[in-house]
Amino acid sequence: MQDLTNHLVELIKSTSTDLSPDVETALTAARTSEEPGTAAHGALGTILQNVEMSRGTARPICQDTGTPIFHVWYPVGVSQRAIREQIQAAVSVATEQSYLRPNAVEALSGKNSGDNTGEDFPTVHFDEWEHEYVQVGLMLKGGGSENCGCQFSVPSPEFPASRDINGVRKAVLEAAHKAQGLGCAPGILGVGVGGDRASSMLKAKEQLFRRLDDNNPDPEFDAMEKRLHREINELGIGPMGFGGATTVLGVKMAQLHRVPASFFVSVAYMCWADRRKIMTIKNGNVTIEAP
Amino acid sequence: MAERLTVPINEPQIRSLKVGDQVLVSGVIFTARDAAHKYMMENFIKGECPEAERPVYDVLKQGLAGSVIYHCGPVVKKRDDGKYEFVAAGPTTSIREEPYQADVIGHFGVRAVIGKGGMRDRTLRGCQEHGAVYLHAIGGAATLIGECCKDVLGVYKLDFGVPEAFWQIRVEDFPCVVTMDSHGQSLHEKVRSDSEAKLQELLSTA
Repeated sequence: MQDLTNHLVELIKSTSTDLSPDVETALTAARTSEEPGTAAHGALGTILQNVEMSRGTARPICQDTGTPIFHVWYPVGVSQRAIREQIQAAVSVATEQSYLRPNAVEALSGKNSGDNTGEDFPTVHFDEWEHEYVQVGLMLKGGGSENCGCQFSVPSPEFPASRDINGVRKAVLEAAHKAQGLGCAPGILGVGVGGDRASSMLKAKEQLFRRLDDNNPDPEFDAMEKRLHREINELGIGPMGFGGATTVLGVKMAQLHRVPASFFVSVAYMCWADRRKIMTIKNGNVTIEAP
Repeated sequence: MAERLTVPINEPQIRSLKVGDQVLVSGVIFTARDAAHKYMMENFIKGECPEAERPVYDVLKQGLAGSVIYHCGPVVKKRDDGKYEFVAAGPTTSIREEPYQADVIGHFGVRAVIGKGGMRDRTLRGCQEHGAVYLHAIGGAATLIGECCKDVLGVYKLDFGVPEAFWQIRVEDFPCVVTMDSHGQSLHEKVRSDSEAKLQELLSTA
């Protein structure tokens, strides 16, 4: 298998500096739904201008380039260890080239490693699949938005909701309200229902790879995604928390089997700078695309 | 239409601003975040300024009067000619400076603080008392704000690290929104309570 380091650097550069069209389209639409002259309208104007400038000058959309989260899908026979090493090398090069801010600090001491590598940093997930080619997804998950994520055990004394779709709805509404504008609204919510604490949150984050304009194959979840999108916007928190019609650009949900004793609802908050791209390596050709 | 705020900013100008107003800030301002605020508090506000810190104090005392503090940890590039340049410079979360902000505003005569996420009661009272405002920048708009930073005029306490040092910069038309004014109003409190009422309404329906 060919060395992917240089291609991975390109993937990081593209993800950090070039916002995906589905997100840009949603931000443009959001701007038309805000009253001209308001702070919300102005904020979206500044955001869209920033997106264009970052693309034009190949500079990071946001100075917080976050935790780089990679997801690798590979055919039988590919070495996970080799790919992990190439990812580590690529992250280090991309940091040197200012596409990433050095963000990896030791948990307790706060000491910065300087090149975005460290204990389990960056995050890499692996999945073997039936296809003959490799695909690498990358998401840059900023710290401010990550701090707005949360997890509910349903029901609990603090959260007396029911173990059904309406209980899920209540959890997501609570999470959106608690976040206010702090996660750099308008954000995107990924929701995982069921699983254990870890698998549930992972499922929530995986939803953030979905296109904003897709439909959920599960009709009940599809209806709830659209309803929650509408209802969260009715909260009126607005871009940056300035008040306004757009608090989120979308809600994406999925479920996992759980043990009878547990019912988790996990909510991952992604900022408007929803940076994620997918690279495909097929017959020696490398393409980088938005989801 | 956005109002222009040019450093030095006077008190009547600040008092005329209300939450929701959009402004464009120009002039010489300073970045300062966690380490810088703690340092100002311990060395200049709580105690007598140590002799070794006097040069920094003099720069800040003169530079911050009528000026602006920006909560920002920039990505900075050192050019071949030895001068610095801001590459990406969006705002960082302001609430961490809540224990210090009101005292810093009062001591130095700061007229505005730029950040994101808003601050709480103590800062709001400080703004009211001393005639200052909290300005919310657009989180994530790092390239655009980096472009507004036209010159890096100086850096102080670089030993705190690049993000934590005081960077003296000249900005032009830095877009912000007044979210806490000098009359005790906070847009953050209003949005929180309005959205809470709407949340309860939504939660009461199945």
